[in-house]
Amino acid sequence: MDVQQTPAIAVDRLVKRYKGVEAVDGISFRLAAGSITGLLGGNGAGKTTTIAMIMGLVSPTSGIVRVLGAEMPRERYRVLHRMNFESPYVDMPMRLTVRQNLSVFAQLYAVPDIGERIASLAAELDLIEFLDRPTGKLSAGQKTRVSLAKSLLNRPEVLLLDEPTASLDPDTADWVRTRLEQYQAENGATVLLASHNMNEVERLCERVIIMKKGRIEDDDTPAHLLARYGRENLEEVFLDVARGRRQSEAAQ
Amino acid sequence: MMRTDTGMDFSLNRVSAMVRRYWYLLRSSWPRILDLIYWPTVQMLMWGFLQVYISQNAGFFARAGGVFIGSVLLWDILFRGQLGFSISFLEEMYARNLGNLMMSPLRPAEFLLALMIMSIVRLSIGMIPVSILAIVFFGFNLWALGLALAAFFANLILTSWSVGIFVAGLLLRNGLGAESMAWTIMFLFLPLTCVYYPVTVLPDWLQYVAWALPPTYVFEGMRALVIDHVFRADLMIEAFAFNVVLFAAASLAFFTLLRSARIHGSLLQTGE
Repeated sequence: MDVQQTPAIAVDRLVKRYKGVEAVDGISFRLAAGSITGLLGGNGAGKTTTIAMIMGLVSPTSGIVRVLGAEMPRERYRVLHRMNFESPYVDMPMRLTVRQNLSVFAQLYAVPDIGERIASLAAELDLIEFLDRPTGKLSAGQKTRVSLAKSLLNRPEVLLLDEPTASLDPDTADWVRTRLEQYQAENGATVLLASHNMNEVERLCERVIIMKKGRIEDDDTPAHLLARYGRENLEEVFLDVARGRRQSEAAQ
Repeated sequence: MMRTDTGMDFSLNRVSAMVRRYWYLLRSSWPRILDLIYWPTVQMLMWGFLQVYISQNAGFFARAGGVFIGSVLLWDILFRGQLGFSISFLEEMYARNLGNLMMSPLRPAEFLLALMIMSIVRLSIGMIPVSILAIVFFGFNLWALGLALAAFFANLILTSWSVGIFVAGLLLRNGLGAESMAWTIMFLFLPLTCVYYPVTVLPDWLQYVAWALPPTYVFEGMRALVIDHVFRADLMIEAFAFNVVLFAAASLAFFTLLRSARIHGSLLQTGE
């Protein structure tokens, strides 16, 4: 893959070993600034661990992760205010209202004009009527929109999304994808998206990295992957990779 | 980019964001506020009435009016100070919000400072009404201790923060599996720091352990003040010196456990 000389995210021979088990096994990739990349893989493939190392939540056993030029996790405070993330595996405090939650995180990220930024995001993400409701009283789709608002508060240059549409109905999921596309187009952000939803990856991503057992099994554009595996959609490509079918076999 | 930032800066703005977050939580939940007041009240009443009974039947205790009730109020500063710190931290784990915070620009030291501030806020909500009730029911005025109270409070709250910081490290490293430590660790201090009796009651060898714990100096100092009407500044200075060591050790343990949590991936798995 061609990437600019100064990638937004650079992962070099990254290894994460837990008690002798290699959750991530020597992966390397670079993400160009302003690109949207999908990270695919079955359960236990190492996607979440990889994203956690990129965020600085987990220290690599070996190898190097750089985000916007800062080595993670050692130099994370140089860049954390320029990044953000969204994941269904973390929540916002349930008793706080949406406005309270967003204002606390806006202050943590040193967002200027907090009231204005929250109002603007609430309008964009259709949250105005929920702003003064406790976050715990919202539906799953509404909570996802609040999490998305939190992840966009600081207009991140790097946005990490771990299954952003998991457990959402198709309409809400489509709505979320549209908002993500808009944000990326308007801000030129670098987006890394881990997902099990192949349609989502096919629609949003210009590049797909497929992981299996901690390693990168394939890495290409969706169009090239479909062509090389001779498949109609990414789901079939994913199944080929997951089940160990080689490209030549899959294409027959 | 919203702003420039360096790796080592400390932001009171982020600390105030976290204090605001806990304040929103506290004021939205009356059971949380009630919990801060009811148990200190029960304790104070029980020990107060016990002291009234004993003082009517024993000459020494008649002279030492206020020792028990003073002990229980100071013990609550120590115990509730740590609990206030640890519960605020646990709220993040219960809310599954720790990932959001650890991924934000919030520095661990800022997080700890916000927890310290909240421990004082929670302690104030509980202790101020209880100290007034102690005057109403038993004529014991904690506030009349004046500067001595300030010295007692400063030393006890420092110890409570040190224990709270250590427990926060354990929770980061071990997840909610270490939750019981938050609730029970301070009870180890109850017999060893001689809350309700003088250090001389302990066996000789255990007295060395007791004198290594800062609260022991505070409780001895309180007894000297209430019984002998002498303020032992020397005890407070020694307590402070031990507190500095304890606080440094707890902070070191916290950052070591945090580093270990990053290595073992515990920050992703904060459940049981």
